[in-house]
Amino acid sequence: MTPAPAIPNSLRTQPDARGHFGQFGGRYVAETLMPLILDLEREYRAAKADPAFKAEFDDLMKHYVGRPSPLYFAPRLTEHLGGAKIYLKREELNHTGAHKINNCIGQILLARRMGKTRIIAETGAGQHGVATATVAARFGLPCTIFMGAVDVARQQPNVFRMKLLGAEVEAVQSGAQTLKDAMNEALRHWVANVHDTFYIIGTAAGPHPYPELVRDFQSVIGDETRAQIMEAEGRLPDTIIAPVGGGSNAIGIFHPFLDDPDVALIGVEAAGDGLDTPRHAASIAGGSPGVLHGNRTYLLQDEDGQIAEAHSISAGLDYPGIGPEHSWLHDIGRVRYEPCTDAEALAAFQTLCRLEGIIPALESAHALAVAERIAPTMGKDEILVVNVSGRGDKDIFTVAKELGVEL
Amino acid sequence: MSRLAATFAACAAEGRAALVTFVTGGDPTPAATADILDALVAGGADVIELGMPFTDPMADGPAIQRANLRSLGAGTTTDIILDIARNFRQRHPHVPLVLMGYANPMVRRGPQWFAGAAAEAGVDGVICVDIPVEEDDALGPTLRDAGIDIIRLATPTTDKARLPAVLAGASGFLYYVSVAGITGLQQAAQASIEAAVAGLKAATDLPVAVGFGVRTPAQAAAIARVADGVVVGSAIVEAIGAAAAEGRDPSSDVFNIVKGLSDAVRTARQEQAA
Repeated sequence: MTPAPAIPNSLRTQPDARGHFGQFGGRYVAETLMPLILDLEREYRAAKADPAFKAEFDDLMKHYVGRPSPLYFAPRLTEHLGGAKIYLKREELNHTGAHKINNCIGQILLARRMGKTRIIAETGAGQHGVATATVAARFGLPCTIFMGAVDVARQQPNVFRMKLLGAEVEAVQSGAQTLKDAMNEALRHWVANVHDTFYIIGTAAGPHPYPELVRDFQSVIGDETRAQIMEAEGRLPDTIIAPVGGGSNAIGIFHPFLDDPDVALIGVEAAGDGLDTPRHAASIAGGSPGVLHGNRTYLLQDEDGQIAEAHSISAGLDYPGIGPEHSWLHDIGRVRYEPCTDAEALAAFQTLCRLEGIIPALESAHALAVAERIAPTMGKDEILVVNVSGRGDKDIFTVAKELGVEL
Repeated sequence: MSRLAATFAACAAEGRAALVTFVTGGDPTPAATADILDALVAGGADVIELGMPFTDPMADGPAIQRANLRSLGAGTTTDIILDIARNFRQRHPHVPLVLMGYANPMVRRGPQWFAGAAAEAGVDGVICVDIPVEEDDALGPTLRDAGIDIIRLATPTTDKARLPAVLAGASGFLYYVSVAGITGLQQAAQASIEAAVAGLKAATDLPVAVGFGVRTPAQAAAIARVADGVVVGSAIVEAIGAAAAEGRDPSSDVFNIVKGLSDAVRTARQEQAA
């Protein structure tokens, strides 16, 4: 939530007044939602300028979420790879186990400001659903989570968590019954309930102003990283790596560094079974620009604009699009986007467990895999930061199955 | 005068509302669509909305969602939709045809390509659900240059302050979405529809057609008394789905439904006067 610095040609002043990041972003929603989207934007501008809003956000970040999250020097991983010094940004230590909570706190404060009395959200693996149910409980607002029926079946522990937290979980039967369909259904529900309902979107995508406000709430990750690395090393890192599904953790850690050209930024897309197969979720490497879920961005789609099903071992990356600011940062070349397959992520998952005693989320394991690729090519005096966006407790069933272990 | 303007003017001259009917193109199969469209016209539809199927129809209820999936499952492509439109235009030179759908299939090959192909196929207008006036640049100017009407949606959340922006650049007719919601489910209260239509007609000379949740001849007649057009979609699409599930040709069911709606719309104001 730091204001963008007023330097010439800053890359931190996007989006424009219409919510566009270059050719990406925008507000591609039904007319019914448009007045609400405009209201949300007005309310967000007012909140951003209100010191009381920031004070409450910061207080909750500190005492409820447990921030700042540590920036941890990983000695054994560094030694193992034999190159750059590796630091891990420990977002997995946040309350609810991932970066998702940062955004949920910000958005529920906005919901309350707007006088909305019901919360809805979509979820894939259930992490954003759990984080949303958590803040809804904290603020005493009723909450409905839309989750694809297939995901409900394969993520029972998170479904139960959401219910414990008092949320209703709506199993979505349409389409492929996964994250994309959950988002469609949440949008349908929202259109019919705009008068009293706030939609907490889980990633830095959707119609303007969502990509901007989610980024701003998640920028706490990058702001902290900046201060912490200055304290530890007295200088900025050479490279920062983060996993990208919709891309909220990545934009959160990248954004405060966009105007530091010497800091290389790498977003890691899920390549599933490989980019040479149809089973992946790499919207930039394997997609093209189009319009879905309220914004123009890179999408997995066919030549008629029909949206393809994404695939990744990590349910949090299993989405056929990406946040619009990432699409823009790719087009202007400021951030490099690299693919990582299921198999590479699985190997990196195990490496971190054994070398550092940290079980990372499969999402984060994608970034760790690319760190393993890059660190050995860097000098020992260079600094590499990896965003460990979430913890992997939720993934142990998936990993056990992949490793042929019966739990 | 455009086909849409001529049709609404002719209906007005007859002292009745126009009946606007929606079906999803290619549902249940591309081959079945021509007969279904002919049944709409034979049953008395004045304007045809041909839905372009999309994998992610965010503004549609279950009936039209399923129709989209049936159509895509049967192999419908954008080229096939345009072929369906082109053949319709040859069979029915005077019946207005409007393409309705979502942004991504329309902008996929660029707005120029889409506008050119739609104009060549004899399409009169386009309704794009997820391009609000704020994103008009994405498609509007090229369609207008190609002589295609941009049909805008007004909703219960479109307030007086916003309405002029929605109307700017709109042509053909104004589509009033009578409920804040998705297609095919709730029905709005008649009193709220009447108030909304009166407000819209005070703000524009465009014909105002009312849709979303209109299912029965009685509902259609009630709206036909106050609006320039009545839009029916999900009720027809459900009948197509039911016939297809039983392996029957849907077109006779479609004819019967539309005939019932059309008779109701044609007599609505006479009954009122009597």
